[in-house]
Amino acid sequence: MGINLVMQEYEVLRNEAKCIGCKICVNQCANNVHRWDEDWQMIISDDKYCVNCHRCVVFCPTGALSIRKNANDFTFNANWENRHIKNIYRQAQSGGVLLTGMGNDRPYPVYWDKMVLNASQVTNPSIDPLREPIELKVFLGRKSALNEKDEVFKDDIFPWLELDLPVMFSAMSFGSVSLNVHKALARAAETMGTYWNAGEGGVHADLKKSMNHTIVQVASGRFGVNPAMLKEAAAVEIKIGQGAKPGIGGHLPGEKVGQEVADTRMIPVGSDAISPAPHHDIYSIEDLKQLIFAIKEATDYKKPVAVKVAAVHNIAAIASGIARAGADIIVIDGFRGGTGAAPQAIRDNVGIPIEFALAAVDQRLREEGIRNEVSIVVAGSIRNSSDIVKAVALGADAVYIGTAALIALGCHMCQKCYTGKCNWGIATQDPKLVKRLNPEIGARKLVNLLTAWQHEIKEMLGGMGINAIESLRGNRLMLRGIGLNKKELEILGIKAAGE
Amino acid sequence: MNEGKVRISSGCAIAGIIDRKREMFSGTDIIESIAVMHERSNGLGGGFAAYGIYPGYEDCYALHIFFDDKGARQKTEDFLNCNLKVGMTEAMPLRKVKTVKKPPQIWRYFVRAKEQKLMEAGMSEDEFMVQAVMKINKTIKGAYVFSSGKNMGVFKAVAYPEDAGEFYRLDEYKGYLWTAHGRFPTNTPGWWGGAHPFNLLDWSVVHNGEISSYDANRRFIEMYEYECTLQTDTEVITYIFDFLIRKNNLSIEKAAAVVAPPLWEQIAEKDQKNREKLRRLRGTYGSLLLNGPFSIILSASNGMMALNDRIKLRSLVAAEEGSRLYVASEEAAIRRVAREKLERIWAPRGGEPVIALLEGADDIFLKQDEAN
Repeated sequence: MGINLVMQEYEVLRNEAKCIGCKICVNQCANNVHRWDEDWQMIISDDKYCVNCHRCVVFCPTGALSIRKNANDFTFNANWENRHIKNIYRQAQSGGVLLTGMGNDRPYPVYWDKMVLNASQVTNPSIDPLREPIELKVFLGRKSALNEKDEVFKDDIFPWLELDLPVMFSAMSFGSVSLNVHKALARAAETMGTYWNAGEGGVHADLKKSMNHTIVQVASGRFGVNPAMLKEAAAVEIKIGQGAKPGIGGHLPGEKVGQEVADTRMIPVGSDAISPAPHHDIYSIEDLKQLIFAIKEATDYKKPVAVKVAAVHNIAAIASGIARAGADIIVIDGFRGGTGAAPQAIRDNVGIPIEFALAAVDQRLREEGIRNEVSIVVAGSIRNSSDIVKAVALGADAVYIGTAALIALGCHMCQKCYTGKCNWGIATQDPKLVKRLNPEIGARKLVNLLTAWQHEIKEMLGGMGINAIESLRGNRLMLRGIGLNKKELEILGIKAAGE
Repeated sequence: MNEGKVRISSGCAIAGIIDRKREMFSGTDIIESIAVMHERSNGLGGGFAAYGIYPGYEDCYALHIFFDDKGARQKTEDFLNCNLKVGMTEAMPLRKVKTVKKPPQIWRYFVRAKEQKLMEAGMSEDEFMVQAVMKINKTIKGAYVFSSGKNMGVFKAVAYPEDAGEFYRLDEYKGYLWTAHGRFPTNTPGWWGGAHPFNLLDWSVVHNGEISSYDANRRFIEMYEYECTLQTDTEVITYIFDFLIRKNNLSIEKAAAVVAPPLWEQIAEKDQKNREKLRRLRGTYGSLLLNGPFSIILSASNGMMALNDRIKLRSLVAAEEGSRLYVASEEAAIRRVAREKLERIWAPRGGEPVIALLEGADDIFLKQDEAN
């Protein structure tokens, strides 16, 4: 096909004066950027394989390495940006769909950053979390009206998930991420009194003891689903869609399906694991209802059933349908949500921001009087504690974090998860790479992250004069918009700053 | 700008006196009690709720209405005559008080729902009255129903409470339960409807504080056919108690545990049955937790409840003396009107309700199904 016209993305700069030839970079790079040249007795770097994951930079003992974006730009053209030209070269070369990893990286507005929070002054005292308790406990599930005479105070009427803080770890399947990632997530969830979601690839036998903190997924491929798993899990999530790739399924290439992944997914070793775009037994809302109740039957009505959908244009009506179909929890995944692999065209162009989807769903469910009968969990780029506070104020019961958790485990956001060569031991099944992530240390980092966020959330709540997170849920007066037009304010249901 | 157009926070004084044996006493005591706390209000709102004041009209809803002008009164009376059987009608008896300026026209009507209308609407009479009051307040400009209970009445003004009491001639009424409110709004509303107490059916609420959970509370309660038109804490608090006690049939104690629940660590220490109950209650009605500082007195025909926020960010004192029970923002307000030696005086803990019911009553709100 002639010469590859795509120039290297990055340049590896090695300060020869600092380099001691220790070869750590050579051993660390799974992309074979660095190699030891016997003739020259020095390390040579081949820039074109570099993905900017910073593994070598972080591990270089003398700080000799740095990575730069390749400065060779095309002639300036505001319309034909570099990426368009390069993508055309790539596709003209390969004839294939462009793949990518992680979430939408385009400069769409981030509405979290256009909302600011309130604090108490004079008329209402702020509360100091170091002196007064501030409570973050949340229950997910159906809340039916209580009535003195009906004695519906017993716990087994509608099952709830009890979270000590309104954050859970989002679905990432074993296969797309390593077993050590799952181990770290499971341990951290247990320690923090929350839940982790095992994703659509089932739960590895080593994690059986953590099942009461595990949410399992039933996705269109049904990988790893069996009665025991459903019964042992804390909750079951039906995955309809994912924010990074609404409307399409998933594909775990056969190379990643080793013995352990195969056993967990209940498929032959080396076979491609393909999740169809729709569930082939769900072609409408009434089919969803059947699946929800099939799962409820299988779990003796003891487990909450969640339904996860991508945030798309008509999300409010969709969510209302899901609530009426009997789901206990609706999970909405915004268009900035992460993924192990997605077609770039889909990831960057399909779906809507989670902030709008959340505001619209919460409002619609209230207008229909059913908001208390279903919990709302949002995902799709929650980056910090203030995003969480804003999400709860807009109406969420809790949030899922995926990308943020992976970053805590060492992910450097190079967006190459789909290659299976993750140098940080996260999105890989290569045993050499997997063992780079120590699940104990990983769990500790996740616990630290959530603990830090917990402190920050308490500080923000206390500042607002609120000492229980439920008083923030849907409390949109605590938000003001900055730089938003009237329509955006109206959809978010908030006032402008100064109003 | 009136309430409803803007949210106005305020600091306040509250007081309440009940005689649990139903012995009647005039409004003089409550006026004297609230007057002691003059410093806690600023003349921009004062009011009273009185129970047992309309003997002879016990079966009628007593509507107290503010009118901006004659046209509003005409429209309202047309509406009343169309939907309700209107009995005694009169201009509110008032006394001229120098400090009470620019009063609106104030009228009262003793009414019942027309049977035919009730049949058509398919609701209880209470529910019908709630809808009628909300309709007037929402659709008739310049008319505002500020009291709609049976054998009870709310009297309020943009004035210091003691002046409002004088203005409404409360010394001439006799009741078994009185509450009072003096207001210190952080804004300058000139609207009489914005003063407290807030009333709905037999419920009346006086409140001191600012609810930081307001919008969470409002957006939840509005799912259940309430409409918060005033944007005041007192309004939403009243609806919450109506929802929990009248509509969901919860006991007063459980309603208190919803709006000011124990901390989770306190719930964990309870025995299993109570733990489960509180967990379920708090988990279900978390959106009705009233957060931020408050002390409130909730009253209905069968008694009253005084309650603090769960970490007691506002003052509240209670005292007992024979069949009387007093509550007030300050101890001095109770001592001023106590007749003999107080048997017990205490500061209730945060979230710990002080409930005083009439002898023989088993719940605060006389439920209509039981009454009929």
